[in-house]
Amino acid sequence: MNKAILYLEDGTSFCGTSLSTKGTSAGEVIFNTSMTGYQEILTDPSYAGQIVVMTYPLIGNYGVNEEDIESQKVHVKGFVVKEFCRKHSNYRATASIIDYLDKNNIVAIEGIDTRALTRHLREAGAMKAIISTEDFDPKSLAKKLENVPSMEGSDWVKQVSTKEKYVWPMDGKEVLFKVAAIDCGIKFNILRILASLGCEVHVFPAKSTYDEIMAVEPDGLFVSNGPGDPAAIDYVIENIKKFFGVIPIFGICLGHQMIGLALGGKTYKLKFGHHGANHPVKHLLDNRVCITSQNHGFCVDLSSLSEDEVEMIDVNLNDQTLEGVRHKKYPILSFQHHPEASPGPHDAKYLFKYFVDMIKEKKAKS
Amino acid sequence: MPRRNDIKKILIIGSGPIVIGQACEFDYSGTQACKALKEEGYEVVLVNSNPATIMTDPEFADATYIEPITPEFVEYIIEKERPCAVLLTLGGQTGLNVAMQLCEKGVFEKYNVEMLGANYDVIKKAEDRECFKEAMQKIGLDLPESAFARDMEQAKVAAEQIGFPLIVRPSYTLGGTGGGFAHNMEEFFEVARRGIESSMINEILIEESIVGWKEYELEVMRDNKDNVVIVCSIENLDPMGIHTGDSITVAPAQTLTDKCYQNMRDASLAIIREIGVETGGSNIQFAVNPANGRMIVIEMNPRVSRSSALASKATGFPIAKFAAKLAVGYSLDEIQNDITKETPASFEPTIDYCVVKIPRFTFEKFPEAKDILGVQMKSVGETMAIGRTFKEALQKGLRGLEIGHIGFDNKLDYRKISDEKIKLRLEEPNASRIFYVKYALQKGWSIEKIFDATKIDIWFLYHIEQILKLEHQLMEEFEKDKDISIELLRKAKEYGFSDRQLAQIMSKTEVEVRRLRKEKGIVATFKLVDTCAAEFEAYTPYFYSTYETEDEAEIQIAKFGEGKKGSRRKVMILGGGPNRIGQGIEFDYCCCHASFALKDMGFETIMVNSNPETVSTDYDISDRLYFEPLTFEDVMNIVDIEKPDGVIVQFGGQTSLNLAHSLQEAGVSILGTSVASIDLAENRDKFSNVIEKLGLMQPPNGSALSTEDAIKVAEQIGYPVLVRPSYVLGGRAMKIVYDRKAILSFIDEAKEVSGDHPILIDKFIEDATEVDVDSISDGENAFVAGIMEHIENAGIHSGDSACVLPPATIGQGMIDKIKKATIEIANELNVIGLMNIQFAIKGRNLYILEVNPRASRTVPFVSKATGKPLAKIASQIMAGKKLADFNLSYDDFEKMPHISVKESVLPFSKFSGVDIVLGPEMKSTGEVMGIGMSFGEAFAKSQISAHQSLPEEGKVFLSVCDEDKRVSVLIAKKLKDLGFSVVSTPGTARILKSNDVEVEIVKRYNQGENDPTSLMSLIKKDDIALIINTPSGESSQYDMRSIRAAAILHNVPCITTLQGAWAAINGIESRKTKEYKVRSLQECYKISRGESCAA
Repeated sequence: MNKAILYLEDGTSFCGTSLSTKGTSAGEVIFNTSMTGYQEILTDPSYAGQIVVMTYPLIGNYGVNEEDIESQKVHVKGFVVKEFCRKHSNYRATASIIDYLDKNNIVAIEGIDTRALTRHLREAGAMKAIISTEDFDPKSLAKKLENVPSMEGSDWVKQVSTKEKYVWPMDGKEVLFKVAAIDCGIKFNILRILASLGCEVHVFPAKSTYDEIMAVEPDGLFVSNGPGDPAAIDYVIENIKKFFGVIPIFGICLGHQMIGLALGGKTYKLKFGHHGANHPVKHLLDNRVCITSQNHGFCVDLSSLSEDEVEMIDVNLNDQTLEGVRHKKYPILSFQHHPEASPGPHDAKYLFKYFVDMIKEKKAKS
Repeated sequence: MPRRNDIKKILIIGSGPIVIGQACEFDYSGTQACKALKEEGYEVVLVNSNPATIMTDPEFADATYIEPITPEFVEYIIEKERPCAVLLTLGGQTGLNVAMQLCEKGVFEKYNVEMLGANYDVIKKAEDRECFKEAMQKIGLDLPESAFARDMEQAKVAAEQIGFPLIVRPSYTLGGTGGGFAHNMEEFFEVARRGIESSMINEILIEESIVGWKEYELEVMRDNKDNVVIVCSIENLDPMGIHTGDSITVAPAQTLTDKCYQNMRDASLAIIREIGVETGGSNIQFAVNPANGRMIVIEMNPRVSRSSALASKATGFPIAKFAAKLAVGYSLDEIQNDITKETPASFEPTIDYCVVKIPRFTFEKFPEAKDILGVQMKSVGETMAIGRTFKEALQKGLRGLEIGHIGFDNKLDYRKISDEKIKLRLEEPNASRIFYVKYALQKGWSIEKIFDATKIDIWFLYHIEQILKLEHQLMEEFEKDKDISIELLRKAKEYGFSDRQLAQIMSKTEVEVRRLRKEKGIVATFKLVDTCAAEFEAYTPYFYSTYETEDEAEIQIAKFGEGKKGSRRKVMILGGGPNRIGQGIEFDYCCCHASFALKDMGFETIMVNSNPETVSTDYDISDRLYFEPLTFEDVMNIVDIEKPDGVIVQFGGQTSLNLAHSLQEAGVSILGTSVASIDLAENRDKFSNVIEKLGLMQPPNGSALSTEDAIKVAEQIGYPVLVRPSYVLGGRAMKIVYDRKAILSFIDEAKEVSGDHPILIDKFIEDATEVDVDSISDGENAFVAGIMEHIENAGIHSGDSACVLPPATIGQGMIDKIKKATIEIANELNVIGLMNIQFAIKGRNLYILEVNPRASRTVPFVSKATGKPLAKIASQIMAGKKLADFNLSYDDFEKMPHISVKESVLPFSKFSGVDIVLGPEMKSTGEVMGIGMSFGEAFAKSQISAHQSLPEEGKVFLSVCDEDKRVSVLIAKKLKDLGFSVVSTPGTARILKSNDVEVEIVKRYNQGENDPTSLMSLIKKDDIALIINTPSGESSQYDMRSIRAAAILHNVPCITTLQGAWAAINGIESRKTKEYKVRSLQECYKISRGESCAA
């Protein structure tokens, strides 16, 4: 057992023990309240630059497997839990969480009062933090934190976006539509669902130009989820504008925020964000309450959007924040929450159909 | 949609007496529903036959009917009250069944009563196996493969198709006889042949066996806008094959990946929609094959259940309260989450701790029954524990169970248990299997080997192994260093080790360990149960202890508590822990009342309890709730943080009373009757002096610590004697012995239960009338609240005996004598609060059998019968008020125009092989109350409520012991007058015939079982309407056992005492000659007070 420390920007610290991976790792510390789905969380590119605290105290119970991944690697900067499970139980498991984190060189800390930490983050807000297994000096840790860029204004997309354009395999499913996806850190489950709906998805690096994207003659544009501050991704925001009225646009999470910015709106940072799988969202088009999966630290300010152009279609029932918008003139639709779930409930999965419907409508017109 | 205004009056159907499988969780849900609907301004009409419930307190409904929950009586109530709607999903299976019957009879239609929550078709679809199967197939969900067969050829084909292992269930047999498992074709042929033969229609159901699969439950809620949420997922430690109620269960589910969990969630949503539960909570059970993840739907309950009570307590999400609100029109997003106050109820709770529920069994009460577990529930209660880890919660749960384990301890020495025994105890599910898992690990069994034997998931076994490894480490370190390092000690506490466990390891006392760890700064911290894993600020003070860095109770007390500011004093109430026979809902009733009464007086109230079924562990009953085991250590941890002005130990039964001594020694102030007074009542010699001083009488008695002494005392006093341990409740290990041989065979059991305390031996006074008295004293004066005459003679435990209030056959002279004695004893013992005395009347003599200076089991019954809230009054007196502050007229229980009968409900049908004869050891699980204008009416109603409806015609089997032969003549003549025919055994028949009673003779009990004219055959043919059999001596008692067992199986009322027979005749007569009326408690009280009443 190795000693480890989690030191927060405001001087608060928590002591625990680490796994085999030694070192020091910094990022923004946030808490996630999902009770299941730690492997999906670890591999979700939206967590790039973040240290994730799991509020559920027992992590690793069912091990890890080959399928439940949302990208090809682990993205978190650090992983904080109460207790890791060293002997998992699940027929699909191929390794333990311990081995998985070590193999991916993730600095993890266990044995700390994660509830106290969560309460602290709730009161003080998400902030920078550092986990170390080698440096326990608060002064030195504080100094190291100074050099870590703040989440606000940071472009983390360039770190996680695909370097090369690729096409997500259809695995024998019939191709009905062609969709271009701007990859800002796209989760595999979005691609899986789009493919299941007959969309052949061409995944583009975030910096791809309008012409490069239009070259594949897409029927629709998908703007993906991803990490960091949407306002810092000006190249994507500018690019999105060019597609307005050209092809239907669908965005999720960071994609939704960038669409909001492209529509002339503003985004702001939430105190500690929404990270979990139990957030009630009311879909105003049918008044249904969906239990949704959420993972965002920024939010689009509804009042910054023009009422004439944009309408709110989803609202978070916990804090009344904006969860989805629809353009009144153009086929543009975006959601702050994650209809693809993974992890989390499938209640909002049906919203993908709106994208397909927009594409169908557009195709019928042309 | 907001609240519905088109309905005004709503009928709520309760669940009746506490029985195995249906306990006080339905009082919790019903109470919540009553409160919620009254809050919304609806008029609430309630029917429940169980007087021990909080819900039947007159303030929880506008009209409260303690009447039988049968179609007949519920129809009377509907006819009288004319409710607009009925809420039937909160009264367990009882409520649901009676509603279905009323619907079938067209009663709801006739009176235009709307069914809220679920309608007839929905319930039918969920409850009927065929309909449910069809519905599941329709939505594409998996069920166990199955097929019917009517001959061996069909059976063979089916078995080949389904594959092994499989289960064979014959159609239409009683109690599932003739079924069984088959692991191969050879076994199958045998089981199938037997099955086809034993089936009345020669048909068997062959079903794929899913025994050993992982078992899960999801608690689902749906509103009228079709919003659905999952409140909680539960994973069973004990796999499929063991009833969920008898399984150790854990929340949330631990070993499901998100993918698998979401599939289960999707299935639950699809099921609740397909079945069509419109609003409210449902419980859906799944089985998952651990080898490949295949998921099967087991069943669905379209109502709140035991699991939903557990889920509510485990998450802080009040399912029943919300179900009631949804039923009257609200949708989930319109209801606020009480805990966060800002988020709506349309979310899914997420928790940041681990919850473990452990069932409590009472096989020790039924020595003839095997403690083997299966698909029929056998546990009588449960405890829940919360910890940050499974290890902590499991150990807390085991010590909270109050069965002598102080955690995952070493009650048995594993070295003395053979491998064969361990193998057997692991393979055959039983009440103590969890401990055998530990013994097996200690013996060096691998986790995998234990999994093969038990099918308990590896994940659970791994955590148990970790506890064991730490225990090893602690022992080794102590062995080596004669001390344990602070780090290791801390880790032990984090793993849930109790101070007592550590004391054993460190050869210290519990108090020493406590002091030691506190010196080292290892103290319990309290965390909040908040539905949201700390994402939002929580306002509801519901805590559990753990060993972490931050204490939230301290923060909350500083922020919201008023006690610290000195403006309000604080009182802590200790609850009764898990239900068991002898200590159940009655004590929870008292604890809740204490909380209500003290709140009214301006106190801050703090509740401590570990029973998830109860009302007391609802977070809005007290100012703060601590969900903790009731041990010295756990209670002291709370005392340390709360520093209460006083603690009430009178109301939690023996559980809390047993803590009085050690708490007082630790400097805690005990409210009410002092510990010294309690001791005075419990200590034999001291108490005898009191009785002598007062010039009262007590049966000759003595106490003994050894077998030799016991025999000496017994022979000095003279047989028969009553032998019992001290400091126990419910007559545990209590027996009437008639000779030296009997005492020798029983003494060891009594000694084991008694522990260090002496065994008590009393002269048993035969043929005496027993009387129970409940009283309240303020230290200066005493008020006799009620005198109850037992219907059975002394010698049958007061908890099992039916009783009547006011007494039906005791003269005024004796009543005055009883009152006088009660007041004298209360004053002499300086009782402050409640006291219960049991007297025996023999001739003109009044003997004092037992004095208990605490709340008794009969407190709620007396309160309901007399309209006086005894527990509330007693609490306020403990807090400083005087009797004179209450308007209690001295003798009014005698002046009441109505008569109340309490009848006990026995669990014999759940324990095969157990004889149903009553004795000094309590065996009943619950009670019902009958209210009438005559004893006969009240008694008859109580019998109907207790599901032993008295017959109005048919054959009565009458067979009595020699002492009773004389009286049997009168009984037989009376039965004839009432239109019954009588059958008897030759002995009784001879007496009857010579007294001109026409009687049919049947063969003696176990003779001629296959003879169509034997008694057994008559019972099997449902040809016997009533059995009156008074047993004589132990040997012939045994003779009757098979008859009594058959009676239970065929639901024939079976009376074993003459007094019981008289009461029954009284009841039958009243039933046949009178038209019954229903009266609400509120009406009864009005009439008592002389006010006019429309009805």
